[in-house]
Amino acid sequence: MIITSRLTKIFSSGTDDGALAVDDLSFDVREGEVFGFLGPNGAGKTTTVRMLCSLIAPTSGTAIVNGFTLGKEDQQIRRTTGILTEIPGLYDNLSAEFNLRIYANLYEVKDVAGQVEKYLRLLGLWDRRHDEAGTFSKGMKQKLAIARALLHEPPLLFLDEPTSALDPEASRLVRDFIAELREEGRTIFLCTHNLDEADRLCDRVGVFKTRLLVVDTPTNLRSSVFGRKVVIHLVRADPQMASDIQAMPFIKEARVIDNKLLVTLDDPEIHNPEIVRQLVASGAEIQYIGELRHSLEDVYLQLVKNA
Amino acid sequence: MKKISTIIQKEWAEVFKNRLVISTVIFMPLLFTAIPLVMLYFTRGASSEELTSDLPQQFFQICPEGLSGGECFQVYITSQFMLLFMIIPLMIPVNIAAYSIVGEKTNRSLEPLLATPITTIELLTGKNLAAVIPAVIATWLGFVIYIIGSWLIIESPDVLSALLDPMWWIAVLVLGPLLAILSVNFSIIVSSRVNDPRVAEQVSAVVILPVLAVFFGQIAGLFFINRSLILLFSLIVFIVDIGMLYIAVRLFQREMILTRWK
Repeated sequence: MIITSRLTKIFSSGTDDGALAVDDLSFDVREGEVFGFLGPNGAGKTTTVRMLCSLIAPTSGTAIVNGFTLGKEDQQIRRTTGILTEIPGLYDNLSAEFNLRIYANLYEVKDVAGQVEKYLRLLGLWDRRHDEAGTFSKGMKQKLAIARALLHEPPLLFLDEPTSALDPEASRLVRDFIAELREEGRTIFLCTHNLDEADRLCDRVGVFKTRLLVVDTPTNLRSSVFGRKVVIHLVRADPQMASDIQAMPFIKEARVIDNKLLVTLDDPEIHNPEIVRQLVASGAEIQYIGELRHSLEDVYLQLVKNA
Repeated sequence: MKKISTIIQKEWAEVFKNRLVISTVIFMPLLFTAIPLVMLYFTRGASSEELTSDLPQQFFQICPEGLSGGECFQVYITSQFMLLFMIIPLMIPVNIAAYSIVGEKTNRSLEPLLATPITTIELLTGKNLAAVIPAVIATWLGFVIYIIGSWLIIESPDVLSALLDPMWWIAVLVLGPLLAILSVNFSIIVSSRVNDPRVAEQVSAVVILPVLAVFFGQIAGLFFINRSLILLFSLIVFIVDIGMLYIAVRLFQREMILTRWK
């Protein structure tokens, strides 16, 4: 759905060499996946989205979006993508229905009334269709903006911070809707600061700070940054137990913290039984065993810190 | 065409919810139409020669033949205010365009709009027409009211014919729309730099200064509007319109709006 090659954007100020916003960005987004685009403020995420939606032109590099070449087939790109901007940008003085009708016409939707009704109903706004958008809560505005992005049934959807500034309830509604869109098979490019959200929704994430630092699944990123860790809770932990486990060839590290044995290894599914047998043989009483799961936030902070 | 008409509908639905815009579109043309009619009414009986003693001597050269001094005076006084019909197409678009463009900026609604498959030309045409059409209609309606009012007030057919000179038809039908286009594109240029519709409106109002200069120049007797001048003004405004349109199109590029419009 998206293939970029060495995409670069330099904003020229006219007085100096310009500000480098996006540097040498090469990645791909596959059909039907939710791709999380993570990065700190000012990293160039919105600039990247704007380039991919053909709102601004790259300084160099190429991109193919929905099979159309950026810079050459921009109208087709706009026809086949939907965008939820960070600020909904609705016409507050106009009704929800009128807001959508405007966009349905601009997106050349054939059945304007039908599509407007479909999405107003789907997002629970049908009963408020005659109300001015300015009277809506933030969550409702966000839903209306999502409806606007979907009116023309784009196969690729760009969502820029879809839950920022929303309360937990509204965030959840929006997240659930994104999950539904994924079920429908739409490709979603999700820019977010909310790493928990990215962890729950994204098939793959790209960590970005002017240039792309890494792209992978959240699970693979965890193991590549921190390795996989198993925590074994014991009735009483003994330092000798850690030494015995450390001696096993597939163990990277083993250490005792309180009455817990923390073991770092590559493939716990295969090696855990062996570790358990060794511990039981050495007289350890195991209470329970589990994997220590780093949050995506830990991974992200580690990656951005090292960038 | 559908996209342009969608933009026009959207603009009108939004802008005409603003009371200030509505009052400008309705009351200003009425006021500016009423002024020459009132002047006509009160100079109706001006037939004594002494009334003409205050007229600039040059005016007698262009005063149509066959008119008495008093009738000349009536034509002179009323003609001064005919230029108000040139201010209407300048002022109304300033109001509409300022609210339409700065409103989009403050609402941050331009980005989703620009992400649609609308072209820059379609968007700019829609915005232009949304501001120009009400201005032109208001000017023309005002002129129609003026014609009817003149016909009812003026007793002398010669005076009526002098006041409905083709020069004013050219001014209202040709120069008026050209001035409206000038005004809206000037407002777009100003609006790209400010974030408050009132500031945009005030700065854009500078566009009426040349017409005011002509207005006061004529009152001061420096020159008198005639057909040649109206045609010359039309040509100049047409050329300036092309330049303004070029600048506005450049300013209205997606990247310019998203990255430079603050």
